[in-house]
Amino acid sequence: MIEVKNLTKRYGAKKAVDNISFTVNDGEILGFLGPNGAGKTTTMNIITGYLSSTEGTVTVNGSEILDDPIKVKSQIGYLPEHPPLYLDMTVKEYLSFMYDLKKVKLPGVAKNAHIKEICGHVKIEDVYTRIIKNLSKGYRQRVGLAQALLGNPSVLILDEPTVGLDPKQIIEIRNLIKGLGKHYTIILSSHILSEVQATCERVIVISKGKLIADNTPDNLSRAMSSDHKLTIRVDGPEDEIYKLLSKIPQMIRVDKLGLREDKVYDFTLEAEQGVDIRREVFKRLSERGWAILGMKSSELSLEDIFLQLTDDNNRQTFIQKDDTAALEESAPEETPAEDAAADETNNGGEEE
Amino acid sequence: MTAIMRRELQAYFSSPIGYIYLAVFYVFAGFYFFATTLMSNTADISGVFNSMFTIVLFLIPILTMRLFSEDLKYRTDQALLTAPINLTSLVLGKFFAASMVFLTGLAITLVYGLIVAVFVPPNWPLIWGNFVALLLLGMALIAIGMFISSLTESQVIAAVGAFAVGLALLLVDSLASVFTNPILVAFFDGISFMKRYEVFTQGIFDFSSIVFFLSVSAIFIFLTVRVQEKRRWS
Repeated sequence: MIEVKNLTKRYGAKKAVDNISFTVNDGEILGFLGPNGAGKTTTMNIITGYLSSTEGTVTVNGSEILDDPIKVKSQIGYLPEHPPLYLDMTVKEYLSFMYDLKKVKLPGVAKNAHIKEICGHVKIEDVYTRIIKNLSKGYRQRVGLAQALLGNPSVLILDEPTVGLDPKQIIEIRNLIKGLGKHYTIILSSHILSEVQATCERVIVISKGKLIADNTPDNLSRAMSSDHKLTIRVDGPEDEIYKLLSKIPQMIRVDKLGLREDKVYDFTLEAEQGVDIRREVFKRLSERGWAILGMKSSELSLEDIFLQLTDDNNRQTFIQKDDTAALEESAPEETPAEDAAADETNNGGEEE
Repeated sequence: MTAIMRRELQAYFSSPIGYIYLAVFYVFAGFYFFATTLMSNTADISGVFNSMFTIVLFLIPILTMRLFSEDLKYRTDQALLTAPINLTSLVLGKFFAASMVFLTGLAITLVYGLIVAVFVPPNWPLIWGNFVALLLLGMALIAIGMFISSLTESQVIAAVGAFAVGLALLLVDSLASVFTNPILVAFFDGISFMKRYEVFTQGIFDFSSIVFFLSVSAIFIFLTVRVQEKRRWS
């Protein structure tokens, strides 16, 4: 259980973190989302005791970081943005050193057995005796993760754990983190929306040091899903499809994206705000016998979300008071369940 | 503390630094042993200790330059500072690691004592007195070098800074002779490492000098801890 209260960090006149408060419950995976320079790393550094806060308190399992730093630090496993690896050591030596440094004491578990077990978790057994300097970025990241897991701390703080990894490794690390979530309280930072959606049960969005949203990822994306913007792929004559779609009453604009396959064209459609035009599009195209090969809502980028969230009228609605209340407030157009599946989590393109 | 000390010792010898330091130390110690003891047919090896003062002054920065600078540069300080240890044991771990390497180099002088013992019984109390003095001088310089290293993430700056302090310590003696004001002279004599150290090579076990070198070590260890603490609050 981590409690952060009114946390502020000032560098001169600049506030890197501005009055942030949140709580992470035991066994919860909290996503920490924000653009570069939003204050994610600073907040994490304060929680782990690497930096001090200008104002505010951090409490981990009932102990305050300033009152009892050693006790708090012993309960936290931290993977910083740049894994703190000694490049001149082998993986084995490094983990052995970190084990001693953290003064790990696990009743009934030998040191080597524990290290081996963790290496098994993060799949670095095959590089166990190699020098860290010679390892690839992905392996270094995993050694960093192994280091954070040593001693089974109750809290894990992971700062952009998947940066610089290849797609396969990203999926592996995400699954690993999800698996860990059963035993640990985890805070995970990222500037990638889909990553947080894939791993976290709750999301906190910060921008320019301020907390601007605290909700579940589904609520966030549903509340901000943009059904009025679509990308579709149609098998048929380009110009006629264009004319047909332009005639839909609520349509604001249709853009041709060009030929994708033989006689198959892509279009982006933008309807009036709050209007779901997907059925209308389907109806009109199917009447003419032009098959829709793909349709998906335009993906919301993190920037779009920030633009929406930083809009003052919107902001308070995304701070979670009560799950359902927040959902209703922030999503006035009640979308049917099957439509919710077509938000930006669905990257595959939905066929109708 | 022991974990950090072991890691630092290992770092000295997994890179060339430890070996280069020891090699250079042994070369100069060997040369002075040959020149001041063997060549002049004496059983007194104080000459070696006397000459090693300057050598130590310029070799210590090699040992201390990486102590904190490397951690800052590769961000490994995040691992150290978020580990459940207090800052003093972190600093002491690094300090003792460098001191151990220094001691390994210094131990060669005991071998010289044994070499002399082949011919005549050497003056062991004198050798031990010199040995302790040089060890404490080295530790004081290590503390100063470590402090400078904790201020910068560049090992080059850390080394140059420590060299500059070493040079300044050499110049302090000539400064003392320039001034006539008794207070200034007393001040420069007081902080002169050379004067504090020389008395040992003359066969005097000067307790106040021992306290002086220990105090310098303690002060700079304390300051290094403060630098680490301050970094959190900046």
